Amino acid sequence: MSQTVIRRDVAETDTMLDVEMRKVFKVYNGETAVRNIDLDIRQGEFFSILGPSGCGKTTTLRMIAGFEEPTGGEVLIRGQSMANVPPYKRPVNTVFQSYALFGHMSVWDNVAFGLRLKDCPKSELQQRVGEALQLVKMDSFARRFPAQLSGGQQQRVALARALVNRPTVVLLDEPLGALDLKLRKEMQLELTSLHRDLGVTFVMVTHDQEEALSLSDRIAVMNIGKIEQIGTPSEIYEQPCTAFIADFIGDTNLMQAELQTSQGETVEAITPSGLRLWVKPQASLQADPAREVRVSIRPEKIRIGEATAASQSVDQANCYEGTLKHAMYLGTHTHYQVELPSGDMITVFQTNRSSEQLQPGMPVQIYWSASDSLALPV
Amino acid sequence: MTTISPNLAEPPVPSWQRPFKKLLQPTILLAPAGLWLLLLLVFPTLLILELSLIPGARLGNPPGPYGLGNYIELFKPVYLQVIWRSLYFALGTTIVCLLLGFPVAYWIALKAPSRWRNLLLVGFILPLWTSSLLRAYAWITILRSSGLLNSMLGFFGLPGQDWLNRAPAVFIGMSYSYLPYMVLILYASLEKLDRRLLEAAADLGATPQQSFWRVTVPQTLPGIAAGGLLVLIATLGEFAVPELLGGASSMTVSRLIYNQFLGATRNWGLGSSISMILILGVSISIALLLKYGDRDAI
Repeated sequence: MSQTVIRRDVAETDTMLDVEMRKVFKVYNGETAVRNIDLDIRQGEFFSILGPSGCGKTTTLRMIAGFEEPTGGEVLIRGQSMANVPPYKRPVNTVFQSYALFGHMSVWDNVAFGLRLKDCPKSELQQRVGEALQLVKMDSFARRFPAQLSGGQQQRVALARALVNRPTVVLLDEPLGALDLKLRKEMQLELTSLHRDLGVTFVMVTHDQEEALSLSDRIAVMNIGKIEQIGTPSEIYEQPCTAFIADFIGDTNLMQAELQTSQGETVEAITPSGLRLWVKPQASLQADPAREVRVSIRPEKIRIGEATAASQSVDQANCYEGTLKHAMYLGTHTHYQVELPSGDMITVFQTNRSSEQLQPGMPVQIYWSASDSLALPV
Repeated sequence: MTTISPNLAEPPVPSWQRPFKKLLQPTILLAPAGLWLLLLLVFPTLLILELSLIPGARLGNPPGPYGLGNYIELFKPVYLQVIWRSLYFALGTTIVCLLLGFPVAYWIALKAPSRWRNLLLVGFILPLWTSSLLRAYAWITILRSSGLLNSMLGFFGLPGQDWLNRAPAVFIGMSYSYLPYMVLILYASLEKLDRRLLEAAADLGATPQQSFWRVTVPQTLPGIAAGGLLVLIATLGEFAVPELLGGASSMTVSRLIYNQFLGATRNWGLGSSISMILILGVSISIALLLKYGDRDAI
């Protein structure tokens, strides 16, 4: 009883939680796949679990679905413990990576499968299946069989089959992984509009950072079985907690450095190559001197210009001269590689506002503010 | 750097050679087996067909006038009963093999630890290493009135069973002989069942039993058809087991044919017509097998 009281207190934040994971562990044959996961997924949000392959994200999803029992800890759905609750009794439905449609049934029967098991009255069943197929624009394919459908169409049927049951949570396991790029973009848009219209909680597993950033309300980034950070897409991108996230999400310049003296918000750091940088330590980082850190500078935060006498007086904490080594023209923007006198290579992205181009071999000047170079724990 | 591009096209074949070339290769490759089949299958079958159309044909008789007399004679209750009994034994054995074989194949394919699977399958095939005649004799020693079965039943105070030389012995013997084939075919079919479909069914609210009936069985239906038809085909013409275990009251079609050709009656015409009926039944089963059976499992 005392436990439930505590949980009430936690839920005081006014948002209902659909999925909670409490210190969840999963060990397979002596190998830990998931370690000590704590997770709150709010009602109605689009939540993504992002990470490289083998990070334990699919195992986490399968523990919510009930296909795997946690070795330790507990999973709750709408405040109810899911310990020893088999998948067929959980109020969740999954869209599988490979769709897992029943090949011996028509599209209609696939979508009706869940409702028939619940002895749904015939008229209601017909209405709900029809609506679900309409929702995913597959109503004209009801009599077809899965083998007669393209990948994108199978994906829609898999979505309808999950949504028709009106689950508390829809689990999506790499839902767009098998589709080609154009179809993927199209389905991304449809997923967001479905989520917005239905207001159901979506939990998606993906290794595609762009997909996670563009679709999710919040993202949990996982690495080797642990959650490294949970936050909104912009928090994850702008304020990564670890060097792994800074490196995994988007592009970045990562450098080893040692913290020196601080000056208000910013701290001076020195790299092994002797480069002195003004950095902003990440919130949880103790800014004690002589501490080893990793510095992350996003390439698009760095400005680049020709090193002329007039441009010397840039009012930025970090301002360096170097030589332009490579320039890769990409239409809307250009990627530059700049070599500093210290030997460090810095990548810079710049949108092509004017048609004038910097040429490789030119002396250039690069600069960025101290708050754009994040010092992260090693 | 302008070099003459090499002509990669094949040299043209004179038009009169083309059909010849197209036909020559298959002819050469298929000729040995084709001749073999022609000589030992097609020709004898045609011979039987001719004999079946000569009423009362027997050894030494001159080929008499053709007619359907032999086929009409088959409708006599004596013969119909034998045909019906053969069908009954074959269908019964198929059903027994299915009912016994499916749980075994299911367990080996889906539940048993994977490193034991091959060993378990070998264990099931092991009886096939001995002659089927030997296995039938073994069943005689088990089923006879003073045999192993009855002494065990007696030990537990149960009444003895007089199964030998009656239908139960035929079912036991035939099911024992064909169960391994059934298990192998069902295993091959169940083994490639997509487990994710079972997860999807569970996810949509199906209990394990519901998943079994709504997903596993329909998904393995081609395997069930293949196993069932294969056992049916083999048991329709079975000779040794009913002969040894069934006794006089269990005459089957194959025994009837034997009697007409080599037994006392020596009515080759009638024997041929029964043979044609058996060939027809087996052909229909094979056609069904090819249409509905799981090709990969066979």
